Amino acid sequence: MLAMQAFTGLSVFSILMLMALGLAIVFGLMRVINMAHGELMAMGAYTTYGTSLLFEAYFPSLMGIYFLVGVVLAFCTTFVFGYFLERSLIRFLYERPLDTMLATWGVGLILQQCYRQFINPRPVSVPTASWLQGVWQVTDDISFPMSRIFIIALAFVTALLVYLLLHKTRWGLLIRAVTQNREMSGAVGINQHRVDAYTFALGCGLAGIAGSSFTMLASTAPDTGQAYIVDTFIVVVFGGVESLLGTILSAAVIGQLQTWLEFYLSGSMARAGILLLVILVLYFRPNGLFATKVRR
Amino acid sequence: MRKKATTAGVPQAKANLRNRVVNQLERFGMLILIFLLLLVVPLSLDTFRLGLAAKYLCFAFPAVGIVLFWGYGGILSLGQGVFFGMGSYMMAMFLKLESAANPDSSSGTALAAFFGSAGLPDFMVWNSIEQLPWFWEPFHHVWITIPAIIILPPLIAFVLSYMNFRNRVSGVYFTIVTLAFAAIMAIVIIGQQGYTGGINGITDFKTFLGLDLDTSQAKYVMYYITAVLLVLAVFAGRFILKSRLGKVLVAIRDQEDRARFSGYDAAMFKAFIFAVGALFASVGGAMFTIQVGLASPSLVGIVPSIEMVIYAAVGGRLSLIGAVYGAIMVNGAKTFFSENFVEYWTFFIGGMYVFVVMFLPLGLAGILDRIRGAAKHNGRTDE
Repeated sequence: MLAMQAFTGLSVFSILMLMALGLAIVFGLMRVINMAHGELMAMGAYTTYGTSLLFEAYFPSLMGIYFLVGVVLAFCTTFVFGYFLERSLIRFLYERPLDTMLATWGVGLILQQCYRQFINPRPVSVPTASWLQGVWQVTDDISFPMSRIFIIALAFVTALLVYLLLHKTRWGLLIRAVTQNREMSGAVGINQHRVDAYTFALGCGLAGIAGSSFTMLASTAPDTGQAYIVDTFIVVVFGGVESLLGTILSAAVIGQLQTWLEFYLSGSMARAGILLLVILVLYFRPNGLFATKVRR
Repeated sequence: MRKKATTAGVPQAKANLRNRVVNQLERFGMLILIFLLLLVVPLSLDTFRLGLAAKYLCFAFPAVGIVLFWGYGGILSLGQGVFFGMGSYMMAMFLKLESAANPDSSSGTALAAFFGSAGLPDFMVWNSIEQLPWFWEPFHHVWITIPAIIILPPLIAFVLSYMNFRNRVSGVYFTIVTLAFAAIMAIVIIGQQGYTGGINGITDFKTFLGLDLDTSQAKYVMYYITAVLLVLAVFAGRFILKSRLGKVLVAIRDQEDRARFSGYDAAMFKAFIFAVGALFASVGGAMFTIQVGLASPSLVGIVPSIEMVIYAAVGGRLSLIGAVYGAIMVNGAKTFFSENFVEYWTFFIGGMYVFVVMFLPLGLAGILDRIRGAAKHNGRTDE
């Protein structure tokens, strides 16, 4: 029982982490609030859905691996979309963070209606690959669904890749340089606008991966994204926007808390309780629970 | 400069005329608004359209509040629906209890009498709640309900926002906190169906202080009360902005640290204006419930809260009167779209957010300002 609870918490944690990683990059590094983040997740989910239809029609023998292709495609689609979104809209609004929220909310609404009109107004779901349908029977009482284990693995691999990208590659170096000192990095010849565009696109791409992995847990509806957006923000703000590690830790805390609260309260009340708790924590630690910097 | 003055003979006259028109518009904007709201609208519309107009005016209240704390306080709240909802729900509780107390006027009460729970709101009976919850009790009395609508939401808004502002949670962080509040309120209302009516909200009211709400006479009375209250709210907003308090507020918006170093308690000022915004929203919500006959979680959550910001943004975030027109126009568009091609409404309002932010950051009032600015500029070359 305890192990099952902990596992559920771990599962919620990995989902929250996937959702929040992209936002943490966009919000934490660029100070841009992307209210369309949820719709980008839905875009990733729909891309995966499209991939599954494609594989069903043309390569039925490869259905086993369609999901892996779907994840990659979801990343690519949202990455490209994010790139163009930054170039056409976000870059004009860097000086006005509050207005960015409104504009991206508008983009989110438009995307939502596009899904409704051009894809399917009703929820769609994807077939689960056979090797993900199984259950890992540890003991008689304890069993873990494979799909959840897969998502947890995916989340950790993604987080690791993001870490490596930011801290071990040249691109990551450029991104961190622009984040830390925009003027100076411009002065030494870094093309900030390009870095901005790719950073934003990366954040969107991560949303795509998150959305893609969602298809294994639940069906995707046009307004799926909207339901997750507040939780995602809360995770990022709760962890402190400065560090990715903070985001990951806060996803872990909130994931476990949510699971345990749901055990005692109804699901919706647990969500409300979490939100309230996070707001309370923010009173005492306005920079987030895991912010290392005190200086502002 | 001088060169321009010599060549700008004919356009000058035009600019002067334009200048004068715009100045008059500004000076008499308030009078025009009063004239429109109190005479033109009630005299020219049939009862159905008047009801719609009254609904739009109710949404103008939160929009006026948003202009105050967003345009002049620099605080963006995406949780204005929380306070709109508080006013709305408190009024709904009162109306529901009044309807439930008069058995012959309410359809649900026959059932209630059958179960021996007369005087209970119908949805509580359906959810098999036998005792009126304690927080419903005060709303038996109108003289508790109305002060509660006026006092509670601003008080809550003040406490919540002051705690945040004092800890320097501001800017986008505060906005996210307000977003979370909107989410919490919607979740709680939907989750506690027995106490709040759940997703269906509270509806089916008969009378307000004995006044049958279905008669056209009641509709006119309520419309006039709403319109007068709205005009009062705009006046109050103007008064605040013209006062020293308003100037300090703008100073805090533009240079918070400098204002703080000058000895002003920035958190106090910001929390105050936020509370004023909450007061307006609450009154709007209460009037909404009386006239539309509904208090619903769909008016509380994140989506409606953000929609209220677009009312202010379309009218112009620096214009109190603009907020009224913005609310009327956006809601008018909503009605138009839902009557004709409902699927394009989301496209329209989504595009509206993008368009206003990108091209019209000061809204419609900004267009007026730009025309006048051009006129002023021409006028200066004259000297």
